[in-house]
Amino acid sequence: MSASFLLRRLAYLALTAFLVSLIVFGVTQLLPANAATMILGEYATPEALAALNQKLGLDQPALVQYGQWLSGAVQGDFGISLRTSQPVGPSIMSAFGRSALLAALSLALVCVIAIPLGVWAGTKRGGPTDLGLSVVSYLGVSLPEFVLATLLLAWLAGPAVGLFPASGYTPFSEDPLKALHHLALPVITLAIILTAHISRMVRSEMVDTLESDFVRAARLRGLSKRQVIYNHALRNSMLPAITVIALDVGYLIGGVIVVEEVFAFPGIGRQLILAIQNRDLPMLQAGALIMALTYALANLAADLAYAALDKRIQYK
Amino acid sequence: MKTLRALLRNPQGAAGLALCSLVMLTAILGPAIAPNDPEAFHFGARFAAPSAEFPFGTDWYGRDLFSRILVGARSTVLLALLATVIGTALGAIIGVVSGYLGGMVDEAIMRVTDAVMAIPSLLFALMILAALGSSALNAVLAIGIAFTPGMARISRSVTLQVRSLDYVSAAKARGESLRWIVLAEILPNTIAPVIVEGTIRVAFAIMTLATLSFLGLGAQPPAPEWGLMIAEARDHLFRSPWPVVAPGAAIAIVAIGFNLLGDGLRDVLNPRTGDHA
Repeated sequence: MSASFLLRRLAYLALTAFLVSLIVFGVTQLLPANAATMILGEYATPEALAALNQKLGLDQPALVQYGQWLSGAVQGDFGISLRTSQPVGPSIMSAFGRSALLAALSLALVCVIAIPLGVWAGTKRGGPTDLGLSVVSYLGVSLPEFVLATLLLAWLAGPAVGLFPASGYTPFSEDPLKALHHLALPVITLAIILTAHISRMVRSEMVDTLESDFVRAARLRGLSKRQVIYNHALRNSMLPAITVIALDVGYLIGGVIVVEEVFAFPGIGRQLILAIQNRDLPMLQAGALIMALTYALANLAADLAYAALDKRIQYK
Repeated sequence: MKTLRALLRNPQGAAGLALCSLVMLTAILGPAIAPNDPEAFHFGARFAAPSAEFPFGTDWYGRDLFSRILVGARSTVLLALLATVIGTALGAIIGVVSGYLGGMVDEAIMRVTDAVMAIPSLLFALMILAALGSSALNAVLAIGIAFTPGMARISRSVTLQVRSLDYVSAAKARGESLRWIVLAEILPNTIAPVIVEGTIRVAFAIMTLATLSFLGLGAQPPAPEWGLMIAEARDHLFRSPWPVVAPGAAIAIVAIGFNLLGDGLRDVLNPRTGDHA
């Protein structure tokens, strides 16, 4: 991986970030109600509205507003929430931290479960394990997160089982066990859905690799099946798996929004839904921008990992 | 016809075709074959388990869940199809024009689609809904717009393959107009991969539409939309699982049907290009 590849990829990320910020700002500019009307209510006098518009900078042309918003956003200042009248930056960042913990735990669990599962099914192709896994994963990719989350909530948090709390959040610093207890159901939901996606991909990669010439050559050299799978096939199946996991970060972000809503988890997804329901423009812009940038960064990380692991591909 | 026969020989395709036909029939005939009035309250039978009278049980007002799901099939399935058609048509046109023109126009369009695709599709749909306001039709529009860049990329890549073929050069040599070449020569030849992708997208559209309604941003009560039914059932979650299980299973069955049909079509129509999407 050369320095110029890295530079080009970073420039590309910057361009994406810029375009995303334009889209986020542009879409939210289309909001039918003006922020000042929302703060002061429908019956405010025109003078009061004009004064507040001026104070909020809403009387400026859209391009000037975008410039001000962007320069603030770069410095972490996303304005004042219209719903809570608190600065958006700190509250969205702490919500992001909680969501990141949720997402990281889910991803870690998925990697531990989905990759071995996919490899196992791929090596036992056509067997009962393989068939069972493909049926279950088909179900998994066809079940929206909110259905699974609600069913798990009804079953595992219901009075009959009562294994987990139905909603809420405890900080790790306060009580680590209770924190994990609260995180369990959202993490399990996300892990099940993502495992369905990723184990399917790992399986099909494994099947392809096991049929390739170099694996046959390794078998012909007299290496044991185990050695072939672990030293040859697995390593080559990991590359596409990394890309799939990075692409699934997009799913994960969508899943996080839904799951946080179901389990009343105070993360960035719930903030976003609250912002939409309350037409809280600054919060909406900040939340959408941060989520989109997270996804772009995940894709960059996947590209870099790919380039670092696959020596055949010469990135210039 | 040949495609249909090949599809029926493919186990996934046959199962998907059967499921989707059943779903479409339900969506069209739903209100006619519903045994009960979907809005009628049966207070004597609240939270009933499935029985001969109420095949899927009843909800907190004693409304028949089976009838509500049959009636709701129309709004959920047909709206999801509409969203997919919007996204597919927009995306195909943008992709074909971009791929055919090439150069700076292509570069600019592709950079913008890249940026839009850098926004997770549920998030993008949420942003559009925030701008347009919550309603079932706006949710359809939001999903259609969110699908557009992905479809544009696929039809662009097919266009790049088709562009250099002889019959396109022949049309150019005949002096045909740009519109004619794009609409009559290139677009029809991108149909197969676009239909495959579109079919799989229907499953996504169903799930996203239900998710948006669940979040309170799509269909509004008392519509028997499946996602909304689950959202409303949350207040009575521990009394009876049936108000969640029944619409949840309905969503899953429709999504499985379109996923199977899409996979089957992909195997039949173009066995190789499957994994590019």
